[in-house]
Amino acid sequence: MTLSVSDVKRIADLAYIEISDNEAKEALGQLSGIFDLIETMQAVDTSTVEPMSHAQNVLQRLRDDEVTETDQHELYQSIAPQVEADLYLVPQVIE
Amino acid sequence: MQWEIVIGLEVHAQLSTQSKIFSGASTAYGAPPNTQACVIDLALPGVLPVLNKGAVERAIRFGLSVGAKINSPSIFARKNYFYPDLPKGYQISQYELPVVQGGSIQIQMDGADKNIRLTRAHLEEDAGKSLHEDFHGMSGIDLNRAGTPLLEIVSEPDMRSSAEAVAYAKTLHALVRWIGICDGNMQEGSFRCDANVSVRPRGTEKLGTRCEIKNLNSFRFLEKAIDYEARRQIEILEDGGAIRQETRLYDASKDETRTMRTKEDANDYRYFPDPDLLPLEIPASWIDQVRSALPELPQVRRDRYMSEFALSAYDASVLTSSRETADYFESTIRQLPAQEKLCANWIMGEISGQLNKEGLEISACPITPSQLATLLKRISDGTISGKAAKTVFESMWNGELEKNVDAIIAAKGLKQISDDSAIEKLVDQVLAANAQQVTDYRNGKEKAFNSLVGQIMKATHGKANPAQVNVILKKKLEG
Repeated sequence: MTLSVSDVKRIADLAYIEISDNEAKEALGQLSGIFDLIETMQAVDTSTVEPMSHAQNVLQRLRDDEVTETDQHELYQSIAPQVEADLYLVPQVIE
Repeated sequence: MQWEIVIGLEVHAQLSTQSKIFSGASTAYGAPPNTQACVIDLALPGVLPVLNKGAVERAIRFGLSVGAKINSPSIFARKNYFYPDLPKGYQISQYELPVVQGGSIQIQMDGADKNIRLTRAHLEEDAGKSLHEDFHGMSGIDLNRAGTPLLEIVSEPDMRSSAEAVAYAKTLHALVRWIGICDGNMQEGSFRCDANVSVRPRGTEKLGTRCEIKNLNSFRFLEKAIDYEARRQIEILEDGGAIRQETRLYDASKDETRTMRTKEDANDYRYFPDPDLLPLEIPASWIDQVRSALPELPQVRRDRYMSEFALSAYDASVLTSSRETADYFESTIRQLPAQEKLCANWIMGEISGQLNKEGLEISACPITPSQLATLLKRISDGTISGKAAKTVFESMWNGELEKNVDAIIAAKGLKQISDDSAIEKLVDQVLAANAQQVTDYRNGKEKAFNSLVGQIMKATHGKANPAQVNVILKKKLEG
C-alpha cells in the first residue's frame, strides 16, 4: 500500500492535528515504514487462526446494574477552565 | 416514471437501566446538569469502563424477542469523532460482532402482515448534551446523558412507504416497552429514529443513492420527513440531476429536510476494537435464563386472542398495542369469562375514548378491570341495557358512589324491566293503542314492527329489556 502526502494530511485533519508540509513529508516516511512492516507480516499464513479482538485472551467482566456513584460535580468542576450554571463551558460549537 | 421509495430505519432505544453502560452513575432523567457524570463519563485520565450486566441482558431480551442470533463473543469498538459533548474523543459502540444479529419484525399494513428484516442491534453509549444558548460566545456542556446505554436497532431497507416506516417504528416502539427494555418516552429522547431514504424506478432492483435523515423524535415527523425527502429526490432525478449521499436534518417548523453534512466531509470514524474492553461472552445458560423470563410477546398474544376468543385481527391488534392494555383486557375477562367480545368493545370504545380525552395512559385508568367486569356483568345478566351502562360508566369514571355499580344503577333508576308479565302488560297496552300498525305488520309491513318496539321503549323511558320486548311482541303479533 502506498501512502501519499494528501492521505497523511487527511488523517491529520480527522485526528485534529495541525501538521506542516515538512512534518507531513516526515510522517509519510514513518507511516510508510509501518505499512512496509505490516506488509512483511502479511506473508505469514494466518488462514487457520481466528482473529483476536484483544491482546489478552480473557473475557469481559460485568458489573451489576446499580448506581454506585454520588454527585461530585463541584469537585470535578473545580479543575475545569470555565463553568457556568453547573455546565462545562467550551468554545462555541454549532453544527 | 413510477418511483419506488426505499426506506431503512435506525432506531436508538435508550435502555431502562438504573446505571450507565460503563459506569455506576445514575441514568435518571432530568437531574441538574453534570450531577450524574462521574470520572468515567468525564473521561478523566486513567479510568476504565466496566460493562453493565443489565444493559447486556436487555439486548439479549430484544434479540430473543425478534428471533435474532445472539453473538458470543461480541466485541466493542471505538467510533472516533470530535465533539465537546463526547469527552473521550470516541464513542464506545460495536462494529464487528454486535450483540444481536439478524431477526425480523412483523408489521400490519391494511390488514396484511409484512416482515421487516433486521440487520443488527448493537450496544453503545450516548453522548452528552451541548447547549448553544448564549454563554458569552461559549457552549455549555451537560454530561449527565454521556454513557447512557443505547441499543441501536438497524433494519434492512425493507420499507416502501412512509406509512410502512411508521408502522414499523410503532411496532418496534410497542415491543421495546412490552419487553421492558426501554420506556419509549419520545419527548425525553428515549426512542429516536434516523431514516435512510432512497428512490428508484419501480420495477428495478438497484438501490438509489440514499440520504440519512437524523433525529426524528415523533412518528408524525418520521412520516412527514420521509414524504418530503422522497419528493425532493424524485424532483432532482426527474430534472436529470443526481442525488448526493448526505446526512440531512428535518426541520419540523418548515416541514423540510436540509443538508447537515455531505459524504465528502463526513467523518471517517476509524472504528477499531476498544482495548479497554475485553470480548463479551454470553453463555447459552444466560440466554436460556433470559428466554424463560420473557413475557408472552405481542404477536403471540394477538394470535391467541384471535384463536382462543374469536376476536377480529383488528380487535386483537388494538388490545395488544401495549402490554398494559393487554393485561387490563385479560384481568377483565378473567372475571367475566365467555364475554371477551363485550370486554374488548368496552376497552376499545368507552375506556380508550375517555383515556384519550383526558390524555391518560391505561395504567392510570380510574376504573379497575374488576369494576369494569362488574359493570359488564350487569349488561350480560340483563339488569341494565348497553345504553344505561354508558351512563353508569360515566358516573363511575367521575368517582360517584365509590364507583359501586349496583348503587349507581339503583340511584339513577336504570334497572331494566325484565319481568315477562310486566312487559306483556305493556305490549298489550301498546298493541291496543296502535291497531293500525298491527294491521300493517300483519299485512307484511316489517317496518311497523320497529315502530311498535319504539312505542314500548318510549312508554318505559327506555327501561324495558329490548331483547325480551322483541320476543314477546313477535309472539303476540303472530299468536
